[in-house]
Amino acid sequence: MILGFLFVPFALLMSNTSKEVARENNSFNTIQPSKAAGEKVFKKYCITCHMADGGGVPHMNPPLIQTSYVLGDKEDLINIVLNGFDKKVEIEGETFTNKMPPLKTILKDQQIADVLTYVRSSFGNKASAVTVAEVKAVRSKNK
Amino acid sequence: MIFLSCFIIQNFYLCYPINFSVGMITQTLNNFPMKKNFLLPLLIVVIGGMAIFSFTTSRSSDTKQSPGTNAPNAGLTLPAGFSASIVADNTGEARHIAVTKEGNLYIKLGSAKKGNGILYLTDPGKDGRYQNQTGFGDYGGTEVGLKNGYLYASSNTDIYRYKLNDKDEVADPNNPEKVVVGLLDRGEHNSKSFIFDNDGNLYVNVGAYSNSCQEQDRVPGSMGMKGCPILDSAGGIWQFKMDKQDQHYGDGVHYATGLRNVVGLDWNQKDNALFVMQHGRDQLHDLFPKYFDDKTSSILPAEGMYEIHKGDNAGWPYIYYDQIQHKQILMPEYGGNGKKTANKKYLDPVMAFPGHMAPDGLLFYTGNQFPEKYKNGAFIAFHGSWNRSPEPQAGYFVVFVPFKDGKPNGKWEVFANGFAGKKEVMSPRSAEHRPCGLAQGPDGSLYVSDDSKGTIYKISYKK
Repeated sequence: MILGFLFVPFALLMSNTSKEVARENNSFNTIQPSKAAGEKVFKKYCITCHMADGGGVPHMNPPLIQTSYVLGDKEDLINIVLNGFDKKVEIEGETFTNKMPPLKTILKDQQIADVLTYVRSSFGNKASAVTVAEVKAVRSKNK
Repeated sequence: MIFLSCFIIQNFYLCYPINFSVGMITQTLNNFPMKKNFLLPLLIVVIGGMAIFSFTTSRSSDTKQSPGTNAPNAGLTLPAGFSASIVADNTGEARHIAVTKEGNLYIKLGSAKKGNGILYLTDPGKDGRYQNQTGFGDYGGTEVGLKNGYLYASSNTDIYRYKLNDKDEVADPNNPEKVVVGLLDRGEHNSKSFIFDNDGNLYVNVGAYSNSCQEQDRVPGSMGMKGCPILDSAGGIWQFKMDKQDQHYGDGVHYATGLRNVVGLDWNQKDNALFVMQHGRDQLHDLFPKYFDDKTSSILPAEGMYEIHKGDNAGWPYIYYDQIQHKQILMPEYGGNGKKTANKKYLDPVMAFPGHMAPDGLLFYTGNQFPEKYKNGAFIAFHGSWNRSPEPQAGYFVVFVPFKDGKPNGKWEVFANGFAGKKEVMSPRSAEHRPCGLAQGPDGSLYVSDDSKGTIYKISYKK
């Protein structure tokens, strides 16, 4: 419990400082720090439905593996995390019944950037990082 | 090859033999193609060792090899004297099933395959393999059942019936009667399971389109809606007439409420009453971490078996049943903290199982083939959990509950295991098969459907 509360600010601190260090080192390895922090966000908020392997749950919660929803347009992806997702659409040939909850009041921009960076570069996915600036821009468009 | 495996459920150690087959091992190794060459010599050594081990420790099995699989008993572990075979494979999302008096099989598919949502399978060669397959009904759904010369089947909104001829074949597959129409489908918990009584009525589950009636479904900390509005048209059982057409909500009786979602249900002939398996709520830890750690959340709340009579209220979303404290506990969305009880008393389950295992099929056994202890007892197909992370998933087996005079009589036990094809399932997608539907054949055999690969198992007993 207490760990959980301590963890979020700690993760934020960690990823911010690492990022600054990385930036100074000629942006070498900029994904890594954010990905590590993102994994922690994933384990706290996403893992139950999307699973540790990103495989989701058949017919209930969609997979995060090799799907255009994850690998495609970053703005759409950020919007799904901010506002949730409740459309009956086929994702990789399958429909899913459960709603994705809106997390805009739960997750900070940094956490969203971290977790999306993690998701886009895990489970066999190889897509670019999501920056805090990108999340900030989408969030402000929502207002 | 039989190994003894133990795990802990509900503070009990549960031990059961696990049947390992060579097929399963090679399957596992195939998941690591990069290392196959390296692993091949190792595999030979391991299999050799296991073969010697099995010759020396386990008695040779007298059950015949199942068609379509190299594994004895179709890869399932069963009590002594029982055997299993695969009678059909790759049928699609085989949700619930019904067996005719001739031993033929109707399967309801979760989503239509090549335009067919219902399959009819026969075994003309009588070789235990249902090779003839026809299909009809272009809608997905869950339930299928036979009663009084009709085949009934449900989509996620409607219930249809098809007149049967004297061989229990559907005479006119393109023109079913619509018995019930316009039930709610908002995605979540949208399957419409039903069962019949002996007085011309149909009992239909309409699942709640929500986890716990939060203002915002599944958002951490979001509180419950006051006087949960979902309950007026979902989260309960509705009773309709079996032989009346175009019935809407208003034509039915709101028979029971406070049931979050029911997929498995059956009519108990001994008790002349409806029994249902409720899927308990998800994600106590995710949504209210200050009251529940992830270990607690992985086993709470109970998946409950309820005996339902008209007017009953099982308490969702205001309470959940805690099978460890043996109490109804106030939901955190409605002011609970894992300890507080509610002021109002709701219906208790007649039996409580560990959380999240997803009971999708319920069948009271009325056949004469199985030993006496199974007569009138309940078989439950647990589809298998998903919201137990980071703990391993649970379920993926068929359970038996002994009954006496229409009430559970003794502890539940795992009856058929091994559907998942692996000892530990971390992610549901990795389970090979997921038991969903149950049906009893005219010879007293038990049929189990798997909605992952569409495998249909037949379990039989021989003295």
